[in-house]
Amino acid sequence: MFLQQLYLFNFRNIEEARLSFADRIICLLGKNGSGKTTVLDAIHYLSFTKSAVNPADAQNIRHGEQQFVIRGKFQEQETTTEVTCAYTTGQKKIINEDGRDYAKFSDHVGKYPVVMIAPQDIELIWDGSELRRKFVDSVLSQLDKTYLENLIVYTYQLKQRNSLLKSFAEAGRVDQDLLASYDHRLVPAAHYIFEARANFLKFFIPFFRDQYRYLVGDVGEEVSIEYQSDLRDKDFATLLSQNLQRDVLLQRTTTGIHRDDFDFRINGFELKRHGSQGQQKSFLIALKLAEFQAIAEKKKFKPILLLDDIFDKLDDERIHQLMRLVAQGQFGQLLITDARADRTLQIMETEKLNATIFRVENGKVTNG
Amino acid sequence: MEYPSKLIEEAVNEVSKLPGIGKKTALRLVLHLIKETEHQTFALTEALNKLRKNIRYCNTCFNISDNEECAICTSHRRDKSIVCVVEESKDVMAIENTAQYTGVYHVLGGVISPIQGVGPGDLQIESLVLRVSKSTEIKEIILALNPTMEGDTTSFYLNRKLQGLPVKVTSIARGVPVGGDLEYADEITLGRSITARTLFH
Repeated sequence: MFLQQLYLFNFRNIEEARLSFADRIICLLGKNGSGKTTVLDAIHYLSFTKSAVNPADAQNIRHGEQQFVIRGKFQEQETTTEVTCAYTTGQKKIINEDGRDYAKFSDHVGKYPVVMIAPQDIELIWDGSELRRKFVDSVLSQLDKTYLENLIVYTYQLKQRNSLLKSFAEAGRVDQDLLASYDHRLVPAAHYIFEARANFLKFFIPFFRDQYRYLVGDVGEEVSIEYQSDLRDKDFATLLSQNLQRDVLLQRTTTGIHRDDFDFRINGFELKRHGSQGQQKSFLIALKLAEFQAIAEKKKFKPILLLDDIFDKLDDERIHQLMRLVAQGQFGQLLITDARADRTLQIMETEKLNATIFRVENGKVTNG
Repeated sequence: MEYPSKLIEEAVNEVSKLPGIGKKTALRLVLHLIKETEHQTFALTEALNKLRKNIRYCNTCFNISDNEECAICTSHRRDKSIVCVVEESKDVMAIENTAQYTGVYHVLGGVISPIQGVGPGDLQIESLVLRVSKSTEIKEIILALNPTMEGDTTSFYLNRKLQGLPVKVTSIARGVPVGGDLEYADEITLGRSITARTLFH
């Protein structure tokens, strides 16, 4: 997949920008806060219908304005399509493809896949299980529509069930039949999600291990992702009935796939506590590169790769390894941001890579 | 928007509370009313007053009715052994328009949704169970709720509540609309109509 043109209007700190991308590699260079990440985030919007940085659409409009517009022209083999995302204060966000609005955004997600590697990825290791589930959900939703549908059903029915548990507490009485009415929908959805997550990891981990080994070399480090789920040992219907007393007492559902976690481990130990900073960074980059490979493998075309400020976080050896993958043509289109222009220009020269260079300054993007 | 009169503003505010009517449409309706003769406007308000004061619900099926018992429940031509359960009165009208159904109805008045604070006690569910258990005539209950998540949950709950009573519980079929195109049918509907296929005769 190739992004040929990108147009931004009143998006974050960029008033207006028209960018044409001729090369496979695009570098956006400029000081911190100049608007480099804004360009990457705009592409993220076109792919996922939302920001990678700030989930509130209204806060992504340029200060003092009423509307932002992002438009991109994508090319895949012989066909080009234009995707527009526009948001006006107080109105519904619009996503359209070649002039046709989507009724459901879930129909759009997965059509223009993008993988982004950014400094905030570290939260995947440090934060709670929710972010790790989100990561797996976001990859799986792009690959399997039934997964996304089951996830929507599960999330909604769970919300209903939790409201119901609260109402039981108020009424001081439990209606078993009513509870069963929710459980009978939750159970199959949970089993589908559980199976899909387990199968996905089996498919994903070989890619992930390859990437990690490539990045750090053959130093005998063993990385793994372990899937933790209440559903591992028992079926969900049994779990729900076993936890009924506790659920009623706590007024929420205390078991299920909404409590799953993915343990990141290195040599069998918890990565968060026992991994060095360098190991953690390599882990994250390998995770994202494996995401790239997994999507490319299933979709039969390569997603666009967005590398936000990653040279800062890596030592020269790892940068070199990553750039070798780029030179070998492992990736499709690639956008790189860097605050230190000289460093990126030098890397491009050492690795003999042709790149389109953009300078970003105070929300203005200029070619050259 | 600035209105030339407080009276207009009040009227617009009230009319725009109706479903499907925004401020602009409300203003158009209000301006239309004051252009008409006084008689016509009072005919409207009188109809609304009478509606509000005298509207009642059938004691048996809870459909909108002029009397204690609705015309369907009192009709001799209706088959009292089949009861079709629907969410709202408008669903009764939709099924009546098909002219395919000769049984009677039971109007729940909504569906169960704990998020919105609607529980079984807010709906005509107990009255349905009571109606079925007291009757010797009723043989079949048709669940004709909307195919939404809440509708499905409510159907499941009703089925549970009716278990043990000597009635057959059925549900309306889900499938491809007449005159539709298979290609454009959504996957869930198409999938259901494949698994619940019927004999061709």
